[in-house]
Amino acid sequence: METILLFAPLVGAIICGFGWPLIGEKAAQWTATGLLFLSALLSWITFIGFDGVTEQITIMRWIESGTLSIDWMIRLDRLTAIMLIVITTVSSLVHLYSFGYMAHDENFRDDESYRPRFFAYLSLFTFAMLMLVTADNLAQMFFGWEGVGLASYLLIGFYYRKPSANKAAMKAFVVNRVGDFGFALGIFALFFLVDSISFSDIFAAAPTIAETQITFLWAEWNAAEVIGILLFIGAMGKSAQLILHTWLPDAMEGPTPVSALIHAATMVTAGVFLVCRMSPIYEFAPHATGFITVLGATTAFFAATIGLVQTDIKRVIAYSTCSQLGYMFVAAGVGMYSAAMFHLLTHAFFKALLFLGAGSVIHGMHHEQDMMNYGNLRKKMPYTFWGMMMGTLAITGVGIPLTGWFGFAGFVSKDAIIESSWAGGSSYGFWLLVIAAALTSFYSWRLIFLTFFGEARGDKHTHEHAHESPMTMLIPLGVLSFGAVFAGMIWYSNFFGHADQVGKFYGIPVAEAGAHEEDGHAAADTGHGAETGEEHGTADEAHADAEGGDAAHGGEHHYVFAGEPGEGALYMAPDNHVLDDAHASPVWVKLSAFIAMLLGFGVAYLFYMVNPALPKALAENQRPLYLFLKNKWYFDELYDAVFVKPAVAIGRVLWKGGDVGIINGFLNGIAMGVVPFFTRLAGRAQSGFIFTYAFAMVIGIALLITWMTLGGGAN
Amino acid sequence: MDNLLSITTFIPAVAAVILALFLRGDDEAAQRNAKWVALFATSATFVVSLFILFGFDPSDTGFQFVEEGEWLLGLKYKMGVDGISVLFVLLTTFIMPLTILASWNVTDRVKEYMIAFLALETLMLGVFMALDLVLFYIFFEAGLIPMFLIIGIWGGKDRIYASFKFFLYTFLGSVLMLVAMVAMFSDAGTTDIPTLLTHEFASETFSILGVQIIGGMQTLLFLAFFASFAVKMPMWPVHTWLPDAHVQAPTAGSVVLAAILLKMGGYGFLRFSLPMFPVGSDVMATFVLWLSAIAIVYTSLVALVQEDMKKLIAYSSVAHMGFVTMGIFAANQQGIDGAIFQMLSHGFISAALFLCVGVIYDRMHTRDIDAYGGLVNRMPAYALVFMFFTMGNVGLPGTSGFVGEFLTLMGAFQVNTWVTAVAASGVIFSAAYALWLYRRVVFGDLIKESLKTIKDMNAREKWIFAPLVAMTLLLGVYPSLVTDVIGPATAALQSSVETAVAAADAAGQVASSH
Repeated sequence: METILLFAPLVGAIICGFGWPLIGEKAAQWTATGLLFLSALLSWITFIGFDGVTEQITIMRWIESGTLSIDWMIRLDRLTAIMLIVITTVSSLVHLYSFGYMAHDENFRDDESYRPRFFAYLSLFTFAMLMLVTADNLAQMFFGWEGVGLASYLLIGFYYRKPSANKAAMKAFVVNRVGDFGFALGIFALFFLVDSISFSDIFAAAPTIAETQITFLWAEWNAAEVIGILLFIGAMGKSAQLILHTWLPDAMEGPTPVSALIHAATMVTAGVFLVCRMSPIYEFAPHATGFITVLGATTAFFAATIGLVQTDIKRVIAYSTCSQLGYMFVAAGVGMYSAAMFHLLTHAFFKALLFLGAGSVIHGMHHEQDMMNYGNLRKKMPYTFWGMMMGTLAITGVGIPLTGWFGFAGFVSKDAIIESSWAGGSSYGFWLLVIAAALTSFYSWRLIFLTFFGEARGDKHTHEHAHESPMTMLIPLGVLSFGAVFAGMIWYSNFFGHADQVGKFYGIPVAEAGAHEEDGHAAADTGHGAETGEEHGTADEAHADAEGGDAAHGGEHHYVFAGEPGEGALYMAPDNHVLDDAHASPVWVKLSAFIAMLLGFGVAYLFYMVNPALPKALAENQRPLYLFLKNKWYFDELYDAVFVKPAVAIGRVLWKGGDVGIINGFLNGIAMGVVPFFTRLAGRAQSGFIFTYAFAMVIGIALLITWMTLGGGAN
Repeated sequence: MDNLLSITTFIPAVAAVILALFLRGDDEAAQRNAKWVALFATSATFVVSLFILFGFDPSDTGFQFVEEGEWLLGLKYKMGVDGISVLFVLLTTFIMPLTILASWNVTDRVKEYMIAFLALETLMLGVFMALDLVLFYIFFEAGLIPMFLIIGIWGGKDRIYASFKFFLYTFLGSVLMLVAMVAMFSDAGTTDIPTLLTHEFASETFSILGVQIIGGMQTLLFLAFFASFAVKMPMWPVHTWLPDAHVQAPTAGSVVLAAILLKMGGYGFLRFSLPMFPVGSDVMATFVLWLSAIAIVYTSLVALVQEDMKKLIAYSSVAHMGFVTMGIFAANQQGIDGAIFQMLSHGFISAALFLCVGVIYDRMHTRDIDAYGGLVNRMPAYALVFMFFTMGNVGLPGTSGFVGEFLTLMGAFQVNTWVTAVAASGVIFSAAYALWLYRRVVFGDLIKESLKTIKDMNAREKWIFAPLVAMTLLLGVYPSLVTDVIGPATAALQSSVETAVAAADAAGQVASSH
């Protein structure tokens, strides 16, 4: 079943991409879409029926060389199962949505068959993404990793006549390659240390790696830290984290369904997935995870500030994505991988919803993307409006404070992350995330107010013809709205409940706090263990069932994660108490995100509903700051000046100066002396030296033979 | 069949002789006949060579299908293949029919053209099969003559300069190799390669004119061979003949040059340098690794600013060969396997890229990147094929390009992380130049008047690409097809090198190099 699930999209891509001239455009598109819905159905069956035991299915041999042995394999554990439903659900809905969205496209002539190509790329992407998450070794993951990069490249550049689209596509690929460079080095380092790059072997070796020093470049380092950083560089590229984020906003050049699928819900979360997948390594790399936390928090803040002033509806959401990914990395960085996965899941729903909603607006407004030309669209597009409202309520984090679990999806998962960051001891992360939450709320509501409320601005004609989108586009909005509203409440206990619930979900063995000590599992940190033991553990419970707790007793019993690296889909070290500490965080911490959300909403309401002149005045007033944000902190300009232009300049110098100047100059110098000689010798220049060459060779062979005859005689 | 190798090698030569002796006239019929004879002969060679592959026993690490005899002046004729060479033979026989097909539009001196290619094939096959030093030398050097002619007669407008440069470089390398061969013979008393492979050349450090030669004789012999093979690869900084040669060569010439001739250098390293002079190789390894890493970055940056499509791909070839030398001199199994794989893969991918250039050159008669733009609008099939091989060129996993780069880098990491990091940055640059080329040529709106009537690939062109696509994909998804064949041989090679180096280390001969 897993194999069918995995390959159905590939089959769809091939049939749709190559077979459409035979079976017709419509049939090709439906084939691809149908196969994806099949894949989605199987994913849900897998997810729901999954029992926590890791499954490995070998498909075929792949790369073998000496001790290196890599197979094409499927690894199915909880982490994979979560990703499966995210990917196939969003992808199948996006396929469906694309029927409407791509029906007419001004970028193509009527007689051009661009639709099958679009669907084929979408399916191809889905296949690559599934390969990424089902990989059982890092090489196959890298295959998926670069495969999604290819699909992303093709889809960003889908409007191949637009120079801006081509530029963005290339930028995405090359910037991602910078990340891949780090990822690849991380793989090599792991092979060097473990002699294998399959996950099971790596996880088993994790404690050893943590105690190994490795010489890398100029110094000796702790191996786990080096690997952690190198792999994270890969994650930074794919997940558009600060430094390597510049490609994501430009990627909005692609058609909007692509933005929803690839640049919001799935591909960009691959970095988060990678960090979670490699949790056994990261648990032993405190500096690497510290770096992840700081970078994630900075990205969350930085991207949100840019989102405040963008006017292109898709760019706002793109920066929002960048920012939300930062949240996930903070969670992973403080060791709360489960919260990262939780936000990944809920974010997939509400962000895809927002993007598809934006697409619906763009579709209805004849490809106008500037929010300054929107306004008062809620009556023209009521369903789209309500869909986007759900998305906004989710992303801004609306819910009943202090319940923890009762609220829109984003409320639940974002609070989980903010509490974890506090509990993880990163006050930098905590405060930046809270501020970012306020900013998120502001730009999200700004988007809603500018688009759906107020006066209709911009081209009158466009507004008159603004229309609600067809059913193929509205159904996906509805389904995703459901997810955006309920996903948090449904899965709260699995992702962020008590340790035993979370442990059961991921297949991580748990022990009761008291028993845990006696088991001897707690060698790593007795101090913390003892502390919690005093709080909750009692002698009676010490002998209780250590594996898998009863949810009802979660409050009274105290469980801790007790697995070895590689047991279960995530590894949390025995001294990792972030989950409990997060639950026990003070009230003001738990309220902080909610207050920030209200604040952001209030300011947005004031700016765009009460007094629409205010933003403009503020921008005039704070012009340098406004321009700084508007120009995205000048990263593009900086990179252009520091990397792109110098690379080209160096290339020119090496070519004209090095190759043509020095190397050829040197040779020509010799040649000037030699050429006339040979020319005279052989007469005609055209093929003269060929005879010379043959002549020289004959002389050479003659010499060789003479020598051999003489020498051979001597022997 | 006892003489399968000779049959394979000389089918093209026989065809060339038949063409030379029996084909008269230069009318259309004669031209057509010349093409068909060449196509038939090269295809037959390929079919026969398949028997070598099927009869080959990978688990036997010695030479197989060995033939021995004498020819003039008491020189020995000895042929054989092992795990290292057999796939190069197959690569050659596989590529040649495609180059003939790619030359279908040649109108100038067709008969001579076909003879040149047929002779070239025989000589190249001989290089990969020869088991006698003199025989190898003859094939190795003589193989360049038809290539000179192909560039010099059917080449572009600066063909004389290009082929001269080609000549000058190779000539200098050859002289040194010849001297080294004489020295080897005087030391070992034989020109038999299998015997030489087991012969231990002296590696005691000595000094000439006050200069200490660590690794002694072996290092000197290594350097002499290195001069020849490094030019052939070509390695930085002796690579500048290649872009010029490619630019001037006709499409089919470029294909052979990139796909097969360059591999002679890498093959030479694996056949001679590494196994015969393990201590010398070890002494020089760091130096060669650095040359490789520099080559990758340097030529990638240069490729970035090229305005001529062929030059760009030529520079990209040099960068890819950098991975090969890096893998070979990492001297572990991943490195060596990766190097061989990279050479084979590059044989398919670079051949295809040059053919891609050829397709539009045939139509527009220019290789200027600026002369193109927006081809996808009229040439969707071409755009697809070109995209596929662009991705192969940047080493996308799933294509054969990935496996070679991955393994060589993995091998190098175990030896030198600096070199690996520098070389791995090549994956960023390769993406930049390859996609930049693609974007300028294929993407965009079709604005240029001259391109408005350009036609997509015809059936012949598609059929040329089909086998290359298949191989690139097949080896990318199931590389065991290659590693199963080469694995035992490379493992044996690797362990013999390791043993020799360890012994030398123990004897303290090269202690100062570590």
